[in-house]
Amino acid sequence: MALLLEQMLNGVQLGVMLFLLAAGLTLIFGIMGVINLAHGSLYMVGAYAAAFVAQATGSFLLAIPAGLAAAALVGMTIEFTVVRRLYARDHLDQVLATFGLILFFNQLVVLMFGRQPMFVQIPPAFAGAIDLGLFSYPVYRLCIIAVGLATAGALFWLIQRTRLGMLVRAGATHRDMVQALGVDVRLLYTVVFGLGALLAGLAGLMSGPLLSVQVGMGEQILILTFVVVVIGGLGSVSGAFAGALLVGIVDTSLRAFLPGLLRGIMTGSEADALAGGISAMGVYLLMAIVLLVRPKGLFPAHG
Amino acid sequence: MSVIRKAAMAAAAGMSILALTGGAGAQEPLKIGMVTTLSGPGGYLGQDIRDAFNLAVEMGGGKLGGTPVQVLVEDDALKPGQGKQIADKFMKTDKVKLLTGIVFSNVALAVVPDVLDNDGIYVSPNAGPSTLAGKECHRNYFVVSWQNDSLHESAGQNANNLGYKKAFILAPNYQAGKDALEGFKRMFKGEIVGEVFTRLDQTDFAAEMAQIRNAKPDVVFQFHPGGAGIAFLRQYQQAGLIEAIPMVVPSPSMDAVTLKAVGAPALGLNVSAQWNSDFDNPANKEFVVAWTKKYNRPITYYASQGYDTALAIGAALKATGGKVADAEAFRTAMLKADFKSVRGNFKFGRNQHPVQDWYSMRVEKDEAGNPIIKTREKILSEVGDSYAKDCKL
Amino acid sequence: MDKARGSDPMKKSGSPRWRGFLPLVGLVLLVALPFAAQAFGQSALTSLATRMLILAIAASALNIALGLGGLVSFGHAAFYGVGAYAVGILTTHGASGMPFLGFVPGSEHLAVNLLVAMSVSGIVAGLIGALALRTSGVPFIMITLAFAQMLFFFFVALKAYGGDDGLSMRRRNALPGLNMRDDVTFYFTSLTILLAWLGVSARLFHSRFGLLLGGIRQSERRMQAIGVPTVRYRWLAFVLSGVGTGLAGGLMAVFGRFVSPDMMHWTQSGELLIMVVLGGAGTIFGPVLGAFALIGLETLLAGWTEHWQIILGPALVLMALTFRGGLARLGRSEQGP
Repeated sequence: MALLLEQMLNGVQLGVMLFLLAAGLTLIFGIMGVINLAHGSLYMVGAYAAAFVAQATGSFLLAIPAGLAAAALVGMTIEFTVVRRLYARDHLDQVLATFGLILFFNQLVVLMFGRQPMFVQIPPAFAGAIDLGLFSYPVYRLCIIAVGLATAGALFWLIQRTRLGMLVRAGATHRDMVQALGVDVRLLYTVVFGLGALLAGLAGLMSGPLLSVQVGMGEQILILTFVVVVIGGLGSVSGAFAGALLVGIVDTSLRAFLPGLLRGIMTGSEADALAGGISAMGVYLLMAIVLLVRPKGLFPAHG
Repeated sequence: MSVIRKAAMAAAAGMSILALTGGAGAQEPLKIGMVTTLSGPGGYLGQDIRDAFNLAVEMGGGKLGGTPVQVLVEDDALKPGQGKQIADKFMKTDKVKLLTGIVFSNVALAVVPDVLDNDGIYVSPNAGPSTLAGKECHRNYFVVSWQNDSLHESAGQNANNLGYKKAFILAPNYQAGKDALEGFKRMFKGEIVGEVFTRLDQTDFAAEMAQIRNAKPDVVFQFHPGGAGIAFLRQYQQAGLIEAIPMVVPSPSMDAVTLKAVGAPALGLNVSAQWNSDFDNPANKEFVVAWTKKYNRPITYYASQGYDTALAIGAALKATGGKVADAEAFRTAMLKADFKSVRGNFKFGRNQHPVQDWYSMRVEKDEAGNPIIKTREKILSEVGDSYAKDCKL
Repeated sequence: MDKARGSDPMKKSGSPRWRGFLPLVGLVLLVALPFAAQAFGQSALTSLATRMLILAIAASALNIALGLGGLVSFGHAAFYGVGAYAVGILTTHGASGMPFLGFVPGSEHLAVNLLVAMSVSGIVAGLIGALALRTSGVPFIMITLAFAQMLFFFFVALKAYGGDDGLSMRRRNALPGLNMRDDVTFYFTSLTILLAWLGVSARLFHSRFGLLLGGIRQSERRMQAIGVPTVRYRWLAFVLSGVGTGLAGGLMAVFGRFVSPDMMHWTQSGELLIMVVLGGAGTIFGPVLGAFALIGLETLLAGWTEHWQIILGPALVLMALTFRGGLARLGRSEQGP
């Protein structure tokens, strides 16, 4: 029972990380119709900027604004120089251009920070594990869950309750009408792209003390993020939230419990190898099933 | 269609034509082709191998064993197909006969047979896959680093020596990972209470941490090279496991770069390896000083292997007078291993893989309080690998 | 999908007459290439060009789904890899004499193996296509990616055939009367297969089937209204595309005597897409040009600097932003759609 709860918590933690990335991706797609493969690069930029500042100053507090600012700035620069020219184009051009951006950013990071992975020390206040009664759990992971849920709340508030959010919602469903009403759509697009980048940067800087900050970290998580976005329904932030939690929990549960289940019916090492293979395919299978049942995802934005 | 656009197209087209004609150079120095991984998460391994190899050449004044050499380096990006293409270009366009540099087993398995079929010679500074160590061993294929399984067998022996009885073992779900668990189990005499294959590219191990805690083993053995290893160790510490359950790892899971990234939490970790930067022999001291002076970054096992590879090639070139055309003569010279290895004892076994000593190490504090990997004792003396008996050379 | 590109292949473009001779010039250059390469002591060029030819087949096959069917597949590396594994597994069993699964005899015959590769990839494409075509637009892009990822992880875990380390073959598949070990012979074999494939795809583009697909691309609803089973036609385009990609994968496996899951990595799907877009989706020769240009550029840059990706990346961005319609449409008075 304790193990089950602990694994669920792990699933939620992975889920909120995925949500931070997926929210930006889905907003950018919903409003601008752009597939941004380079979204993972923004996650990497946030992680590297934070790691660099943390190493230079020794302070994780300073690293937070650095990671956020770097990701948002780079994001807006990308929007301004490249993505802006792709709005009217088909998905193929977008895939081509943003694939090119991935190559560029990966190599740029190698040139600037070298090939060795970087590290961020966990802030001392969040180090260690806390006793939750049934089991103990790393404090830092609890913090990630808290920050992720708080960010999700803030984002919903932003979208449902503010003027910017109104434009975002309107832009997702009636793009042309928003333009016709004289809203500065270019500015709106840049702001939304920056916001998406900011969230990716947040995920990146939080992952620093957990994972290793290294070249290519963006692509590892990018594909999983796409799965989340598609399961949730393109353009839908609440869909991204549900999709992220679903993917996080399914992925973690498969990894945690499948070997045990299979070991009941076959020998140990065969079961482990098979379970490893199935759990790696699991989330993709989940996505295929969801799309087959609901081709527009769980919470389609366009009704 | 604008003029600029046309010009840009023409330039792009011109570049691809250049690619088709670019090329051959002067004949003089002996060319050595290095196919290695420089991009992606595994990039630092290739970088260390290349830099250490070049360091050895530089220390010889641009020569290896008195022969002027030119090292051609290209990035395989961890793609076997790309590695093959580069090796092909080296051999056919640049007339290279001697190749080295590959980091990862899957690239090696694609490239090495090509090199051998073209009468080339390959000296491995890292990957030593089992497929090429036994029945398929080859006269012109040498491995200076280790046979892959030896890494994990030594870790198994280390766990025995340290008196552990119940082990939980983890490795990524690919061939090298499966070999790792097999290798460990071959030597480990205790009971395996849990065996987990993690995912290729996995960096979050929270689910595995919970399983380890639940299984209550005496010791954890894990093989996760590069970034994943860093993530694993830090999450192990964050989960509060590092004080509770000790860990034994082979060197790829705990090199100097990993240690720098993990820091103090790695204290107490047991490592087994064939080399360490604190080895007390003149060759090693010279290497460490030169490396620190030139690159000023942590030295890894990969670097030591790249350096030893250069020395081994140098010794052979010295004996043949810088000739590689006669592969048999080169082989005879190479097999003598007449060089001072930074790891001390070094010989080639019958399958032309190393016969060497393995050491137990532990992460401890140095005088300044920084964590370092400290050598403790020799655990295996002059061992080869379990595939050598199948080799008919 | 309504936004997917592809011009009407039947539309008469106002291009100068000399353009008609360009394919012929290209063919002459391709035939001369191995001899020129040998004359200049650059015989590695022959194998580089062979790789380009094989990838050109794959790109051209993807073009049938993409340019003709309007289906943006981000998972074609799956068919490329499946074709390669079909050849790899048959060859391994052919060499060892042990039948596959206990009853399927192995084979080292090139033609047999390539036919099997095409059939197996066609079946896999048929299954994936039937499921994926229930969606359209971006979900289609993503579901094809998802299926490719599943197959990628499947082959990574498939220890019996090398898993992540891949599968090496002792020797190239044979074709009676030809010495396949010779790189020049293999080059011309690949060239012949490419030409045959281009012939097939040209027929397809200009057939009633191709015209119907063009109509579906422009307005699916209108075609449905006049009674055309649009999904079935798209599915067929997807399957044919998978068959061709599998052929390329199988040929690549024979050429390199090596298969690994790396061939079905998502970046491989991305590269195939780039080749098609770069060369010109919906044109016959575009994907071939695209394959040559991309591999050429990669090889050139990688030989020049280890940081080649920092140049290739922006170059791709620039191409996406500036050349609309791809290389094949350059010099035509009419630009891509």
